[in-house]
Parts: sequence; C-alpha cells; structure tokens
Amino acid sequence: MDAELRELYQQVILDHNKSPRNFRVIEQPSNSSEGYNPLCGDKINLYLTIEDEIVKDISFQGSGCAISKASASLMSSIIKGKTIEETKKIFEKFQEMITGRLDENSDLESLGKLTVLEGVKEFPARVKCAGLAWHTLINAINKKKEPVTTE
Amino acid sequence: MESNLKTNINEEILNIEKIRNDFPILKQLIHNKPLCYLDNAASTQKPQIVIDTINNFYSTTNSNIHRGVHYLSEKSTQAFENARIKVKDFINAKSEKEIIFTSGTTASINLVAQSFGRKYLNEDDEIIVTTMEHHSNIVPWQLLCDEKNANLKVVKINDIGELLLDSLNDLISEKTKLISVMHVSNTLGTINPIKEIIKIAHQNNVPVLLDAAQSIQHIEIDVQELDCDFLAFSGHKIYGPTGIGILYGKENLLDEMPPFMGGGDMISKVTFEETTFNELPFKFEAGTSNIAGAIGLGAAIDYVKSIGIENIKEYETNLLNAATDAVKEIPGIKIIGNAKEKTSVLSFVIDNIHPHDIGTFLDFEGVAIRTGHHCTQPLMDFFKIPATSRASFAFYNTLEEVEQLTIALKKTIEVFN
Repeated sequence: MDAELRELYQQVILDHNKSPRNFRVIEQPSNSSEGYNPLCGDKINLYLTIEDEIVKDISFQGSGCAISKASASLMSSIIKGKTIEETKKIFEKFQEMITGRLDENSDLESLGKLTVLEGVKEFPARVKCAGLAWHTLINAINKKKEPVTTE
Repeated sequence: MESNLKTNINEEILNIEKIRNDFPILKQLIHNKPLCYLDNAASTQKPQIVIDTINNFYSTTNSNIHRGVHYLSEKSTQAFENARIKVKDFINAKSEKEIIFTSGTTASINLVAQSFGRKYLNEDDEIIVTTMEHHSNIVPWQLLCDEKNANLKVVKINDIGELLLDSLNDLISEKTKLISVMHVSNTLGTINPIKEIIKIAHQNNVPVLLDAAQSIQHIEIDVQELDCDFLAFSGHKIYGPTGIGILYGKENLLDEMPPFMGGGDMISKVTFEETTFNELPFKFEAGTSNIAGAIGLGAAIDYVKSIGIENIKEYETNLLNAATDAVKEIPGIKIIGNAKEKTSVLSFVIDNIHPHDIGTFLDFEGVAIRTGHHCTQPLMDFFKIPATSRASFAFYNTLEEVEQLTIALKKTIEVFN
C-alpha cells in the first residue's frame, strides 16, 4: 500500500473501524447530541453521562466511513474519565492536529492514541470525517438542541 | 481471451487510441498510476479542440456580443449565435429562438420554475417529479410550491430502479401543472421511459420538462420527436466547458412566459415608466452571457457528432456490460440500479466498507470515482443506504480501465477484511 495511504489508514484505525469501542446506547444519558455530515451522509448519535464535571460514561451509534467511526471510537476511549475542561483542551489540540495547525514543538502526549489520525491533515476532504464526532461531543456538552452538521 | 475479444469488438466501433489522444488530461499519472477517470457523470473531460476553441476565442475574437458595431463585436456575436444554431441542430429544435443559454441544468430548471411556475401555478396545484430526481430537480419546485401553497407529488420507483408508470397515472390530475423528470438517473443510470411519460402527460394537457443532464452525452435526442415541452442540459457533461447550459422550450410556451431576470440584453425599450422585452431567446438572457462557454459548447457538440452518438452509445454499453459482469463477480459487492435500460453508470455498495473509504483507496490506484449521495438523498433513503460508490464511463474509457477498477476494488476489500 502507498505510504501516504498507509499513514491515513493505520492499523489502529482499521481495527477501531472493525470493532468500535463504546458502540452502544446509554439509556438515560445526562447529555446527548446528533451529528451529521451532509457531504457523505455520515451520522452519529452521541450519549454522555456527566457527573460533577466529569465524563463518567460515553457511547455512540451511527454510520460512517472508517475515519469517522475510528475517530468516534478513539475519542470515546480517551474522553472517558476526563473532566469537561480537559476534554475541551484535547478537542482544541485534536482540531489543530487534523487541520495541520500544530506547531512542531507541540506536546502530543495529551492526545495519546489520537495521533494515529494525524494523517488526515494531508486529505482536506476527510478532515470533516475525523472532526464530526468531536463537534458532536462539544455540542452535547454545551447541550445545544439543534443537530450539528459539518457544513 | 474473452477480454481480448471484447477489446477487438470495441476497437471496431471507435478508434480509441486516436480518441484518447484528443484528451490531454488523460495522459497523466495520479499517485504514480495511469489516470483511470470514471467520474464522467459528474463532469466529462475536454477534447483539445474545445480547449483550443476557447483559447482562440480569447486570443483573437473576444468582445461583448450584440449591439456592438465594431469588427470584434460582430465576430463574437457571429460565433455565439453560430453556437446556438449548433445546439438547435443537435437536439433538432424547430428554431434557434427556442434555445436559451443558461449557466447549466440547474439554472435552466430554476428558470422554468420561476417563470413558467410563477405564472401558471396556483394554490393547491401540483408539480410531479420522481423519487430518483437530482436535488436540482426537487428543490426549485419545493421553493415554488412553498411560495404558492402548491404541492409536489412524487412518482415511485421499484427495487431495480425503474419508474412505476402506474403511479404516474394515479398522480396526474387537473391539478397537475407540470411534470419535471430526469431522462437518465445520475445515480442509477436508469433510462426513463420518457416517450410514455410525455404521452400520458399530453393526454392530460400537462407539459413536461426533461432534465437531460445525464442523457444528452449518451443518447440521441430529438425534441420534436420526443415532443417534450422543455429540455435542460449542461455543457460540461457533454465534453464542453463548465458554466454554460441550455434550456430548450417550445416557442409558444416561452413566448407566453414572463422574463426570469431583468437587465441588459433582454429588453427592447426601457423608460422609467415602462419596459418592453426583447424577443426570444434574448428575453431570457439578461446580462452578458458566458460567450466563450457557448462557443466551447458548440465545439464540443461538433466533436461528439464527429464520433457519432450511436457509436458512443454502443461502445459505452459494452463498457458497462463488462464492468457490471466483473463487479458482480466480486464477493460482498451489491450493484444499486439494475434497470433493463441503462447508460454507462455503475453504482454499488460493498459490505462493511463505506463509499468514502473506497473512493480514497481507488484514488491511490489512479481510479477516480464519485462517492456519496450524488445529490439524490431521497433516492438513498428509498434504498436505505447513506451513499454509494459510482463509476461512470465515457467513450474514452477502455476495457483495460474496467480491469484497473476491478483490481483496485479487490485490493480495497482485502485491506478492510
């Protein structure tokens, strides 16, 4: 496989696409939101249990490409147990990473496994795929009622 | 062996080597692989003669058309009006008054909606479209219906992607003011039975707008024989430039319709008290037209005629059949759109792989296809899928490219399983 393509579709992404983590419904979430990418028809329903400013539980359902599904799956693994403030900081850094705006000396440690999605920055058409779950998450945290779209 | 046989048959229809040489863009490598351009339903590539015609126009003739008394203006006007005659002849319209230059199919449909629709549509009236329409043949009518408190009715389709004509018979009534239907589906390739549709419509005194965006490049169209009332298509889908399109309308209908846009070129006399409008077709061509685009479209039509639309159809059908057979053999692939009459469009879904991932993987094999809902979300809802992958073939494609597509698909499936 081409190196650039391999960089985008790393094994971790293919694994998360095949068996996404936290792919279920939380029956009585404290927060939830729906995300939609009209460009490709990707849909995500995100469920959260937030207690004392901490994400106690997070899950998602929906359909989408490998990038968007893996991004949602990885996000759910990383965010579980984090505070709202920590979550927002990770979101900002993640956004910078996938849009290629991170400066070279940036500390990527807080992003953990999310760095497997860095290859997306070379594929402008796919940045929205990686970002959909995150925008939906922020929407759910802020409890906006309108479904979020990437357009 | 079988592939060789097919190659020979197709080479008898068209001189493919010469044709491919006419399209400079096809000679390049994408991700180090030969470009295999299978996104022709979205936009077609341009032969050198179209590129040269536009280049020559800007290098030697460019000037604004109509009303100019100087040499270049007269030359430009002549070239522009000559392009109109080429379009008229190509679709066998009665008169060049019936040929209106627009920016494309979407603009043509909106023109009819805003001019014909605003004049003739009243409260509770109905416009009929079909499940398989492109958004550009849905939204203009929704906007109009919202404004007029009128209703949009939809002709249903069956599971293989063919229109249910009985459903049209049920829907049509004295409330129906227009039927707007695509000739060929951009997503499924289905060729709709438009002769029957027009017959049913006219028995009920209802005019028909034919969206020919996906048929004009594949099927011979004779508007007088079809007896359609309006016809819309885009230049860029028939090997011409973007930003130019056509609305054909029967002269008596266009005559009665009010102007769509006001401005220069579409008037006869203007005072602050009253304006009288120019004659057809200029009444509907406010502002400076895409002059170079129209002339480029004329060159594209000449090119297509030189190859012959019947030859194109035969050659492309062979490509479609070969691609359909090859793709059917691949486990996990399901073809969406199996109508008996199809143009060279092959839409499909693959188990557990999203079309966008397929599109990216194919791109790295040099294969350009389109993935997504193809601006036909109601159709996607009908098939209960979010998106498809679509390979669409033109007469410059080859059986070797069908093989390149097949191999790329097999490789993609391997990575994801």
